[in-house]
Amino acid sequence: MIPSAFDYTAPSTVDEAVRALADAGEDAKVIAGGQSLIPVLRMRLAAPTKLIDLGRIGELRGIREDGDTLVIGAMTTHHDVQRDPQVAEHALLLKVATDTVADPQVRHRGTLGGAVAHADPAGDLLAPVLALDAELVLHGLDGRRTVAARDFFVDYFTTALRPDELLVEVRVPRHTGWSAHYEKFSRVAQAWSIVAVAATVRAEGGTIAEARVALTNMSSVPVRAHAVEQALVGQPATAEAIKAAAQHAAEGTSPSTDSNADTAYRQHLARVLTSRALTAAVGA
Amino acid sequence: MTATIEPEVGKARLRKEDERLITGRTRWTDNLTVPGLLHLAFLRSPSAHAKILAIDVAAAVRLPGVIAVITGRDIAQAQGSLPCAWPITPDMKAPPAPSLAVDQVNFAGEAVAVVVARSAVEAHDALEAIDVDYEDLPVVLDMEAAVADGADLVHPDLGTNKSALWVFDSAEAGTGGDVETAIAEAEVRIERTYRQQRLIPAFMEPRSVLVDPTGPQITMWSSTQVPHILRLMLALTTGTPEHKIRVIAPDVGGGFGGKLQVTPEEVVAMVVAQRLGKPVKWTESRSESLVSAHHGRDQIQKLTLTAKRDGTVTGLKVELLADMGAYLRLVTPGVPILGAFMFNSIYKFPAYRFACTNVFTTKTPTDAYRGAGRPEATFAIERLMDELAAELGRDPIEVREQNWIRNDEFPFTTVCGLEYDTGNYEAATARAKELFDYDGLRAEQRERRERGDSVQLGIGVSTFTEMCGLAPSRVLGSLSYGAGGWEHAAVRMLPSGKVEVVTGSSAHGQGHETAWSQIVADQLGVPFEDVEVLHGDTQVSQKGLDTYGSRSLTVGAMAVLKAGEKVIAKARVIAAHLLECAEDDLEFAGGKFTVKGTEKATGLTDIALAVFAAHDLPDGVEPSLDSEATYDPENFSFPHGTHLCAVDVDTETGFVKIRKYVCVDDIGTVVNPIIVEGQVHGGLAQGLAQALYEEAVHDESGTLTTGTLADYLVPSAVDLPHFDTDRTETPSTTNQLGVKGVGEAGTIASTPAVVNAVVDAVRHFGVRDIQMPCTPQRVWTAINGGPTDAGGLGNEAGGGLGSIDASGGAL
Ligand SMILES: Cc1cc2nc3c(=O)[nH]c(=O)nc-3n(C[C@H](O)[C@H](O)[C@H](O)COP(=O)(O)OP(=O)(O)OC[C@H]3O[C@@H](n4cnc5c(N)ncnc54)[C@H](O)[C@@H]3O)c2cc1C
Repeated sequence: MIPSAFDYTAPSTVDEAVRALADAGEDAKVIAGGQSLIPVLRMRLAAPTKLIDLGRIGELRGIREDGDTLVIGAMTTHHDVQRDPQVAEHALLLKVATDTVADPQVRHRGTLGGAVAHADPAGDLLAPVLALDAELVLHGLDGRRTVAARDFFVDYFTTALRPDELLVEVRVPRHTGWSAHYEKFSRVAQAWSIVAVAATVRAEGGTIAEARVALTNMSSVPVRAHAVEQALVGQPATAEAIKAAAQHAAEGTSPSTDSNADTAYRQHLARVLTSRALTAAVGA
Repeated sequence: MTATIEPEVGKARLRKEDERLITGRTRWTDNLTVPGLLHLAFLRSPSAHAKILAIDVAAAVRLPGVIAVITGRDIAQAQGSLPCAWPITPDMKAPPAPSLAVDQVNFAGEAVAVVVARSAVEAHDALEAIDVDYEDLPVVLDMEAAVADGADLVHPDLGTNKSALWVFDSAEAGTGGDVETAIAEAEVRIERTYRQQRLIPAFMEPRSVLVDPTGPQITMWSSTQVPHILRLMLALTTGTPEHKIRVIAPDVGGGFGGKLQVTPEEVVAMVVAQRLGKPVKWTESRSESLVSAHHGRDQIQKLTLTAKRDGTVTGLKVELLADMGAYLRLVTPGVPILGAFMFNSIYKFPAYRFACTNVFTTKTPTDAYRGAGRPEATFAIERLMDELAAELGRDPIEVREQNWIRNDEFPFTTVCGLEYDTGNYEAATARAKELFDYDGLRAEQRERRERGDSVQLGIGVSTFTEMCGLAPSRVLGSLSYGAGGWEHAAVRMLPSGKVEVVTGSSAHGQGHETAWSQIVADQLGVPFEDVEVLHGDTQVSQKGLDTYGSRSLTVGAMAVLKAGEKVIAKARVIAAHLLECAEDDLEFAGGKFTVKGTEKATGLTDIALAVFAAHDLPDGVEPSLDSEATYDPENFSFPHGTHLCAVDVDTETGFVKIRKYVCVDDIGTVVNPIIVEGQVHGGLAQGLAQALYEEAVHDESGTLTTGTLADYLVPSAVDLPHFDTDRTETPSTTNQLGVKGVGEAGTIASTPAVVNAVVDAVRHFGVRDIQMPCTPQRVWTAINGGPTDAGGLGNEAGGGLGSIDASGGAL
């Protein structure tokens, strides 16, 4: 279909973009890779009067290290995240999850910032961002603020971003040496997750020292499986121990029902997939 | 010179048409433009069943670029009623079928108004400014409820939701025994109810139509499978004289039956173009296509199979409810009837009864979709044969073999009265078992079952046959179909020796240009490259019945062959004259007439030039070799094959992964193995998709919730296994080429093979059925003792774009 008419601007700095956003008012939308926004516009589910394209803002692209933190510009494409050696070394979970997103065509256009700001509960990059205790840097007319991932995701497609704010950076604490696995469950390869589990583990000898586990599509927002994480600490990195801990995966969740899965099946999947994700992560 | 030329037929020629199709250096309807072109956009009903109280177009007409906004009321007379060419019974109930709804909408997605504007963008913008006042009526979604007493009615004027009851009974027809007797005397009775979910053809190129009324004829370009049928039907529907209509199907990007239609949009485009005297174009979006192009399948099958304890089948009773949707489109009512003669399949049932009730619902109309009636039938019987084997504790192939028509029994007249000309089920099955390592996989299955492996192996069998090559005209007549089943062709010899072949078949991806060239090259002894195949334009190919029902090769190419024979016959007269001999003294081979026993010869291309000059022809011989032929097949063709599928079922999640898929098809003589391979692969993909992925789902208000390709799951190459394909070759004896159809075989055969495998993998958990598509949730629920249709109707679509939609567009 054909989107409704809109004005278009492509600023070259974050400041210009923020000003354009404020000037345009409520009916403006920023466009990053367009991989979620364009379908929505074409189906006329949204009809912004102005699109502010972030594609020309060089400062929003790229990955750098800042002390113990990996800083990923919001406009960094999925493809670049996948290929970046720093991400592989310090935030392996993000890389392996990004590998499962869509297809090469989409990954060359779609961005990490776009995926996080879009906040589709079935999106695959929210859980890794949450599991890695990332912080999101937001830039508005009043300057910058930093919001922890656990506070950023508010509801379906709803985040802590204010109307005049841009997501500019995703700051990921280094998880150097942590193994990781993203276990995605979908009906066909190029489909959204019915449920998925992001798991990353630091083992010492044969023992699990720390684990981070977050779930995709088990709620309106990504959720951390804290009970599983706690149950794992100090356990041997064996399939049996992991399976026992994974039984806690769905605790406190009440996922919705849709044509692919009802609540009980989703909860069951969360347990099975958590066990598989962790087992794969530790190589047990 | 006696160099033997390698025959073209049988050669794995790359397709002539592929370069332009793959690179896109061709013209699809939407690429076309003409001076002064206007664009159409359709407003579609969001409601599945409602009265139209008022339509206010005032605001829309004032918008920039808008030329006109036209409602059903405006063209109520001119648009006529969309044709249904298959009144299956004399008392069949058929509602009027306006292209634009006039007083009432009967499915969500039905067009209620059309905007004509200078650009497609302006046309779409104006849709939002049209205000329609609907008064909702109760929706009719469930077929069983629809046929119950006191049901809400889709078309109150008809007084019922039942369109027709069509019965075939072998006792009544004198072709077999009485099924009720068989049931009464049965030692084993298998009773099942299966559901054929609703599918969407999902062709790659969206539908598109352009109508130019400014020439001597009104010309319609359309992305259609059926330009010839469309031309006639447009004339009958709109009253425009047939000779004033020219229809062109340029390159068409797939159809699968989905473009075997006379669509509302085509009729409206024609009426609007005529009314405005201006050319107009419409191209649908994907979501528009999913909701408004016709759907396929959708049956509830109540089945009873009876057998002796020793496994010999004794009777088969089939009671169907078939969902027509809201209207009867071109062949809607006949689709389930095409399956009527296929439930007995390759087995020697002595008694058979088929009764189909066609039912109206407030859903998108159904019609032909790859296989049309035959996949449904094949699914039912192949599932039942597995169930019979399970009931008897026997191997499913063994039980089939006990009951199938043996190779030495052909030709064989079935319980439906059809004569199967040839078949060799033994050979195809033996080869398939070997390729599959059937015994090895059975052993592995036993081992994994005993070990309690969390991933269970299942093996599914489908020994299918089908009837295709539609069709002998007199048979179609006996089924009350509104047309014949012949095909037309012409072969033209150009003065330079090149050949033009005109075919009434209308290729939309099948590769007719290549296959026809191969056949004609052999027949006339001309190079493959020297043959040009023309089709799809009613002014070039003036006569034809188009492409569907796996009929192009068995009927269309046969017409080409017959036209070619006439060319040779005409040339023979002239050759005899030129070589000063009797016609009987001439031999024709490799493009040359040779006087028997001599070196004296003349080539067909030389004769073509001589005919062009016409300086020296025998008295009374017209200066032309060009010939036409119309061929009516004497029988259907009956391809068959054995398909074996192994699946790994993850019992912890219910996920089904196809591990191995072997098919050995017998489609008679093969003209081009690459084309055959392509047809088989594509067919398998669509059959597998029905088994595992695709389903058109409506919510309780009748809204299609699988309205995007994010929700209607068409598998991609990544989701499909490697296919091990092979063939046995038992030529058909009812056509000279020895060919049988292959276009639908893969789709027909594969669905039950996959579902049989899934059920086989988990039968030891007490599962004996899982409804299609066998989604992970359904499989897991069935394993855990729950219903077989978990997650079914009425639920919202899953994540991604669907979840955006469901949350009301949270952006
Ligand atoms: C065919 C297909 C398959 C897909 N499959 C998957 C999949 O399997 N898994 C998956 O996780 N995703 C999938 N996606 C979505 C993909 O990952 C998108 O790239 C991602 O969701 C959005 O990123 P984007 O850069 O394209 O954002 P856009 O579409 O440009 O924007 C999305 C939203 O975020 C807002 N936004 C974007 N950037 C910013 C910013 N810097 N600050 C504030 N707001 C911003 C926009 O205004 C818009 O509302 C798929 C997409 C397609 C088209």
